[in-house]
Amino acid sequence: MNSYIVKRLAVLIPVLLGMTLIVFSIIHAIPGDPAETILGDKATEQSKQALREQLGLGKPWLQQYGTYLSELAHGDLGDSIRTRQPIAREMLPYLAATLELTVASMFFAIVVGMNAGIVSAWKRNSWFDYVSMVIALVGVSMPIFWLGLMEQWIFANKLHWLPSIGRMNSRDPVEAVTHLAVIDAMIGGRMEQVWAVIKHLILPSIALGTIPMAVIARITRSSMLEVMDSDYIRTARAKGLASFQVVYKHALKNAAIPVLTVIGLQTGSLLGGAVLTETIFAWPGIGRYIFEAISSRDYPVIQSGILIIAFLFVIINLIVDLLYAVLDRRIRYQ
Amino acid sequence: MSKKYVKNKVWTVLLVLALGAVLALSGCGGSNEGAKPEAGKTPGGAGEGAQDTLIYGRGGDSVALDPAIVTESESLKIGMQVFDTLLEYKESTTEIQPGLAESWEVSPDGLVYTFKLRQGVKFHDGSDFNAEAVVFNFNRWFDPKSPYKFDGDSFDYYDSMFGPEGSRVIKEVKAVDANTVQFTLTKPQAPFLQNIAMPSFSIASPKAIQEKKADFKSNPVGTGPFVFKEWKRNDTITLEKNPNYWKEGQPKLSKVIVRSIPDNTARFNALQNGEIDLMEDLNPDDAKQLEGNNELQKMERPSFNVAYIGFNLKKKVFNNPKVRQALNHAVNKQAIIDALFAGEAKPAVNPMPPTLWGYNDSIQDYTYDLDKAKSLLAEAGYPNGLTEPLTFYAMPVSRPYMPDGKKVAEAIQADFEKIGVKVNIQSPEWATYLDDVKTGQKDDLYMLGWNGDNGDPDNFLYTLLDKDTIPGNNRSFYVNEELHKILVKAQVEVDQDKRAEMYKQAQVIIKQDAPWIPLVHSTPLMAAKVNLKGFVPSPAGIESYGNVYFE
Repeated sequence: MNSYIVKRLAVLIPVLLGMTLIVFSIIHAIPGDPAETILGDKATEQSKQALREQLGLGKPWLQQYGTYLSELAHGDLGDSIRTRQPIAREMLPYLAATLELTVASMFFAIVVGMNAGIVSAWKRNSWFDYVSMVIALVGVSMPIFWLGLMEQWIFANKLHWLPSIGRMNSRDPVEAVTHLAVIDAMIGGRMEQVWAVIKHLILPSIALGTIPMAVIARITRSSMLEVMDSDYIRTARAKGLASFQVVYKHALKNAAIPVLTVIGLQTGSLLGGAVLTETIFAWPGIGRYIFEAISSRDYPVIQSGILIIAFLFVIINLIVDLLYAVLDRRIRYQ
Repeated sequence: MSKKYVKNKVWTVLLVLALGAVLALSGCGGSNEGAKPEAGKTPGGAGEGAQDTLIYGRGGDSVALDPAIVTESESLKIGMQVFDTLLEYKESTTEIQPGLAESWEVSPDGLVYTFKLRQGVKFHDGSDFNAEAVVFNFNRWFDPKSPYKFDGDSFDYYDSMFGPEGSRVIKEVKAVDANTVQFTLTKPQAPFLQNIAMPSFSIASPKAIQEKKADFKSNPVGTGPFVFKEWKRNDTITLEKNPNYWKEGQPKLSKVIVRSIPDNTARFNALQNGEIDLMEDLNPDDAKQLEGNNELQKMERPSFNVAYIGFNLKKKVFNNPKVRQALNHAVNKQAIIDALFAGEAKPAVNPMPPTLWGYNDSIQDYTYDLDKAKSLLAEAGYPNGLTEPLTFYAMPVSRPYMPDGKKVAEAIQADFEKIGVKVNIQSPEWATYLDDVKTGQKDDLYMLGWNGDNGDPDNFLYTLLDKDTIPGNNRSFYVNEELHKILVKAQVEVDQDKRAEMYKQAQVIIKQDAPWIPLVHSTPLMAAKVNLKGFVPSPAGIESYGNVYFE
C-alpha cells in the first residue's frame, strides 16, 4: 500500500509536466497581440513595447517555456500581469472560496444523489423511483446559469429566504483567517455570522451540485440494482435481516465503488467548471479568477490556475483509488 | 421490528439528511442580510436612523487602485473616492471647477499656469497636502527613471495627455511657496485644465508612496472623501468615511462597499433582494421590471459614447466616398435602437456625443433611403451593387455602447442586401478582432465604439479620426489633410469658443467624407433603492459618492 502511494505520487510529476506543456503551447498559439489585449486601447505604444519585453514575447518559444519551468521549480508561480501581484499569494483566497463551494456542493450531491439512488433501487418501479429518475434526467441537462437565476428569483427575491450573491453578509463581514468562510466565522465565534455564511452557501451549492447529484443518483441506482440481485443479498434477506440493514449496510458497501469513481470525477470537474456558478452568484472563486485571466490574456495566471486545478484533480483521483482499497480488500495494486 | 417502522425510519433519515438541512436552514432565518428588501441598516451600527452604508454593485473588479497607472474605469471609480485632483468636473458634466486648487491663473501666452492650493488639507495618513506633494506626483509621472515608478507600471494617461517622453507638454512643475504651484509648458495646450481634472492625475500622499512602494497600488492613500480600508479581489472593496474631509458636509455615508457581481441579471436580482443599494449596467430588458416597483428607481447615465461602423479605407471599394455615403443611407438606426437597445439610445449623427461642447447640431444625418443609396452606388460605378461580398467584423463582446454586436450586424446585413451589397459577418475572439481591425488586412468594414475620457472633443475627433492615430485608434485608415490641419490647430488654441468653431467645421468635413456610419449614442442604465439620494451619474462613468445619502 505504501509503495503504491509513492508510485502514485511519482506519476504526478510527468502528469503535471505534460500539463504545463499543453497549457503553455495552447495559450501561445492563440493569435493576437497580448500586450494590446492586456493594456487596452488607451495604452501608449511605448508601454506596450515595454510589456512585450517584460513578458519575453520576442524570445523563442522553447526558451520562454524553459524560463517558466525553472521558476516553477523554485516554487515561483510568477506575477500576474494585470495586477502585478505574486500569483501564489493572490490565488489563495480564490482557491479557498472554490474549495468551500465544492465541498458544500458535493455534500449536497452525495447526500441527495446517493439516497435517491438507493431508495429508487430498493423501491424499484415505485412512484419514488420514477419521480427521482425524471428529476435526475432533468438535473443532468439543466443549464446552470438558468437554474442559478431561477433560484435567486424564487428563494431570494420572492420568498426572501436566502441571500442571492456573495459568501457572507457584506455589511457584517467575517474576518479572513483561513479564507474558508465557514471556518473563519466559527473562529470568530459569532453564531449569526456562521449562520449567514451557511445561508450564502445554499443556493450556489445547489446550482453547482445539481448535475453531480443527478449523475450520482443514476449511477447509485444502477449499481445498487446489480448488487441487490446477487446471491449474498438474498442470503442476507433469508437470514431475516431487516430491509433497511440489507440495503444500507450490505448492498451499499459493494455498490459503492462505481459511485465513488463518479464522485471523484465529478468533484474534479466542479473545481474547474464552476465559472458559471461563480459568475451568477458573485462567488470569488478560482473559476472566475482563471476566466478573467483568460479574457485579459494574463498568461502566468492562466498557466498557474490550470496547473493547480490539474494538481487537485490528480490528488482527488489518488484519494479515490486509496478509498477503493479500503472498501474492498481484494483490490490490490501491482 | 415491523416493516412499517423501518419504512418510517428510512424516510426520517432521508429527510434529515437530504432536505432537512436545506429547508430548515432557509425557512426559519430572517434576521440577516437579504432577508427582506428593506434590510439594509447597518447591524449594530446606526440604530434606527437612516442607512449609512452604501453597497454599490458593478460588473468587474478594479485592476489596481493607484489611478495614475491604470486606464480602465473600474479602477478609476475607486480612485475617485480615495483621491482628489487639482481641478474637478462639475457633477454630471465635464465642466471644470476648483478641487485641491482653489484658483488658478494662466499667463497670456498660455504657457504658465499658477495654481493656489487649498490650505489645511491632510492626506489620510496624516501628512500635509501642499505644493511639494503636487510636485512630487507630477515628477513621478514625468520622470521615466523615477524611483517611484515601480516594476511594470506605466503612466499611460500622463503620456497620452501630456505627450510621451521626448515631446512632453509640461516642461516643469515647481513649488513657488507652500500653497502655490506653477506649471510651465513647452507649448500651449488648450485642454490643459480639462486634462488636469482627470482622475488619473489624482494627488497621492508622497509619504505613503515612499513607504509602501509597489504595495501602494493596493493600499492607496489620498485626500478624498473616503479612506481605503480593504480589498478582497473579485469580491469587495471597502471604503470608510474620511472624517476630516475638506468639503463641507461630505461625505454623508459612513461606509461604502463596492461589490463585483459580473452577471447583469444576477446583480439586478441582488438589488431587488436588498443585498446591494445601487447597480450599474442594468439590462435594457430588465428595466421594464423597474416600472411598477416602488422600492426601486431607474437612473440614466448621460450618453458620452459613440458606437460606429467604420469603413476600411485600405480596401479599394471604399476609396470612393459615394460608396461610403450610399451605405450610410442604408442603415435604419431607429429600428436598430428600438429592437436591440430597448429604445435606450439615440441615433448618432456625428462621431462625438451631442452633450459635448463643440457638437455641430446643424449637420443633417444621411436619411434611411434605400433608393438614394442605390443611385449613389450607381454613380460610383456599381449600378447592380457590389459583385464581391464584403467582410463585416461584428463585435464578439458586449460593451455599454453595443450590447449585442452580432445582432446589430445582422440587421444591417439585411438592409445592405436590399441595395445589392452582400456582407459576410465575422466575429473572431476579441483580442484577434482588435488586432485584425488595427492592421486592416482582413476586414472590409468593422464595428467599434468609444467612451470619452475627458470632456474634450479632441478626445473623440483627433483620437479616432486623425491621420496621426494610424496605426492605433483610427482603424478606418482615414486621412484628410484639411481635417488634420484643423484638429492640430485646435489642440494649441486656448480660446474655447474658437476651438468649438474648429470642431464644428471638422464635423462637417467628416460627415461629407463619411469614413464611418455613426450608429448610436447609448444611454447606460443604472438602478437604485428609491431612498438613495444625491447620486448624480456622470457622463464619463466615474462619480464621487461624497454627496450620496439615504433618506
